[in-house]
Amino acid sequence: MSALNINGREYTVDVDPSTPILWTLRDTLGMTGTKFGCGAALCGACTVHLDGQAIRSCVTPIAAAQGKKITTIEAATDGSDPVGTAVHEAWVKHDVAQCGYCQSGQIMSATAFLKAQPKGKQPTAAEIDSAMAGNICRCGTYARIRVAVADAAKTLA
Amino acid sequence: MLNEIFPDEIPRALQHMLEHDQADGPTTLPRRSFLKIVGIGGLALGAFPHLALAQEANGGAAAPLKPNQQPSAFVQIAPNGEVTVTINRLEFGQGVQTSLPMILAEELDADWSLVRARNGNGDAAYQDPIFGVHLTGGSNSIKNSYTQYRELGARARAMLLAAAAARWNVDANSLSTQAGTVLGPAGRKASYGELAEAAMALPVPEKVTLKDPKEFRIIGHATTRIDAKAKSSGQQDFGIDMHLPGQLTAVVAHPPVFGARIASLDDSAARATQGVKAVLRVPLDGGAEGVAVLADGYWQAKLARDALKLEWDLASVEKVDSEKQLLQYRELAGQPGPLRFDADMTPLATATHQLEAEFVFPYLAHAPMEPLNCTVQLNEGRAELWVGTQFPGGDSAAAAKVLNLKPEQIQMNVQTAGGGFGRRGVPTGDFVVLACEVAKAARAAGLNAPVRTLWSREDDIKGGYYRPMHLHRARIGFDESGKVLAWDHALVGQSILTGTVFGGRVKNGIDPTATEGMRDPYPLPMRLTVHHPNVNVPILWWRSVGSTHTAFVMETLIDEIARTTKQDPVAYRMKLFADQSPRHRAALQLAVDKSEYGKRPLPAGHAWGVAVHESFSSVVAYVVQASLEDGRPVLHQVTAGVHCNLVVNPRSVEAQVQGAALMGLSMCLPGGAITLKDGVVQQSNFADFSVPRITDMPEIAVHIVPSAEPPTGMGEPGLPPLAPAFANAIASLTGKPLRELPFKMT
Repeated sequence: MSALNINGREYTVDVDPSTPILWTLRDTLGMTGTKFGCGAALCGACTVHLDGQAIRSCVTPIAAAQGKKITTIEAATDGSDPVGTAVHEAWVKHDVAQCGYCQSGQIMSATAFLKAQPKGKQPTAAEIDSAMAGNICRCGTYARIRVAVADAAKTLA
Repeated sequence: MLNEIFPDEIPRALQHMLEHDQADGPTTLPRRSFLKIVGIGGLALGAFPHLALAQEANGGAAAPLKPNQQPSAFVQIAPNGEVTVTINRLEFGQGVQTSLPMILAEELDADWSLVRARNGNGDAAYQDPIFGVHLTGGSNSIKNSYTQYRELGARARAMLLAAAAARWNVDANSLSTQAGTVLGPAGRKASYGELAEAAMALPVPEKVTLKDPKEFRIIGHATTRIDAKAKSSGQQDFGIDMHLPGQLTAVVAHPPVFGARIASLDDSAARATQGVKAVLRVPLDGGAEGVAVLADGYWQAKLARDALKLEWDLASVEKVDSEKQLLQYRELAGQPGPLRFDADMTPLATATHQLEAEFVFPYLAHAPMEPLNCTVQLNEGRAELWVGTQFPGGDSAAAAKVLNLKPEQIQMNVQTAGGGFGRRGVPTGDFVVLACEVAKAARAAGLNAPVRTLWSREDDIKGGYYRPMHLHRARIGFDESGKVLAWDHALVGQSILTGTVFGGRVKNGIDPTATEGMRDPYPLPMRLTVHHPNVNVPILWWRSVGSTHTAFVMETLIDEIARTTKQDPVAYRMKLFADQSPRHRAALQLAVDKSEYGKRPLPAGHAWGVAVHESFSSVVAYVVQASLEDGRPVLHQVTAGVHCNLVVNPRSVEAQVQGAALMGLSMCLPGGAITLKDGVVQQSNFADFSVPRITDMPEIAVHIVPSAEPPTGMGEPGLPPLAPAFANAIASLTGKPLRELPFKMT
């Protein structure tokens, strides 16, 4: 039995502690907003926050989440978090998604990045690219991701 | 894909496929079962009825309209005015879940803010209206369904008008509509939601008048995707997200070499893994064999699969080696073979300029972000499938064959897919058939639970069904003015269509999906010899199919002729297009104007590159700006000129061009290749089959040529001209042409 704090709620799950957070979320808890893309921390589709840090949940065992807070796309974009909300709204406004499969991970990376920005600082184009470089989008939505991250940053300034 | 297939050939091919093993099974759904299936939602309150139902209710005659012309199957209007439009295609990123409803809503005169979308199922209504089969491919969704969805919307609107006319006892011709409301005399108003139920009882008009495109207020206007919110909040469900009660997940061990069978299996460790329910041998396509591990979830199944001790019988299978294969292709290119074009090559020997070139293109994986998956629930005499597929028609037939069922015993639920690029439209239905084999084996082993068969990324990258490897060789003779006197060309690559249900399209030993994009529209005297070797690597169409390699060959060689004869590459192309290719001219001119090609000074070390190509009935021209950074080609800016006739959703066209351009770039950059050694695919995940990241993305501006002609598709045409435009820019910097993808800088 492992205790997990996910999106502010406590869960107890009966899975091996070596099980990745991704599969605990998806298969055990039915929270499917977090996506499986590569299983090897190469594509970023599975990105969630662990104590506010963007991590790849496909290679992070639930043992590593003991005593920490997991935040997933479901909570980041439910309107309760100002940064997540700004990112979500920018994603819709700029019509970023095509197939949409990687976008949960993209949004979680963008949200962690903007949360770490010093107050009032606008990220440069190079900083945005660097922050988002770990997330693959095979549809090629990168042009709109750049615009949406910059726009969300402006909203939050 | 399939752009050259004649409308009647696919159904005939499928019919043949069905009859082959289902001689006694009906191949089309009887009308009554159509009604029942539509009842999955189509007969909910406020839905439009099937014509037959309405006419039966009215004592009318049998329906003259086909299922795909019936508003009932495509539009539901709820009492609160919400209009739900059913799409007859797979939504896998291309935006049809927005653009098809836009078309219908335009003629329905709906309130766009109340329009929703949902996926169609395997019902006959959702077949491609031209091809007569369930299919998403060949950039055909808008092209083939534009008139269909307009007429559906117009019919539904006419029925709402008739209902209002009856309610107010006035002539329907005196009524008008405005964004979801019928307006009548003396300020009368009724919302579509109020009228829907009464409209449902009325007959469906066969003939309707469509709007003058000048009056369009939805079509042609930049519209945010209907699914934008769901896809920006983790709420969009994909096939992989299926979660049925008691569902098991299967992960399959595939042989390391295509077609191999099991020599020995020790599954004791796998069976001992927590959560594992079964370990089952399953047949794979191409006569191969695999081992399916079924567990409560993916992670346990994968761990157990990795714990299998497997030995494979590799003695009897061809073990492909890419390096040796290239030598064989070179040898073949020099041999006589079937001719696609047969111009006189005599002038070649005496031409002032002679150019010889060889091009090499590797295998390519599609690597859609959502790994392949299919969920199957077997019951007595019935199967239900949930899968993101481009080809539910073929998959249903293939599933029926595997499961010994009749096609009407297969319920196909098309799921929104996380990309596909061709990989989800497989003539053999490979990953759907595999899921059926697994479910069948599970049931035989006493497991009646629904089974989701899920591929790991490694299974996907190593799993074949690649864009075929190709070798091209050209010998071109031209004069001082750049006039081509003779162009002798050989093309070597596996045939995609041969041996599939589409094999009838292979004529005289030539697969049109390999040669599409060659020569035209340039008025060149070409002799094109084609070789289709058999190789033990499963292959498939990959976004823009033949044009992935033919556009590169044509557009870099055209550029080289221009460079050799000291002509501007734009002016040279325009000269060749003359008056014969107005859409090519317009697209290229737009890209030239918007990029300020040749007018704007470029930073030191940067160069312009140009290419234009028609595929799937649309033309895309790129003017790019590129440079070399430490010897590495870098693409900085792309300006697109697009000719796709009338545009339904400009935002969607822009997105498709941005995405296709990036996928075109993926062919150029290091890591964009699948290679084999001793039969084994050498790449396995995004570490070694790399795809572009945000840091590779150039600035890109998309411009569309205005047109009122019926729309052509844009899912694929943005891909082909990107790589040659980039290569042409680099070649103008180095003076050396690039003739291999990914780019090899020597």
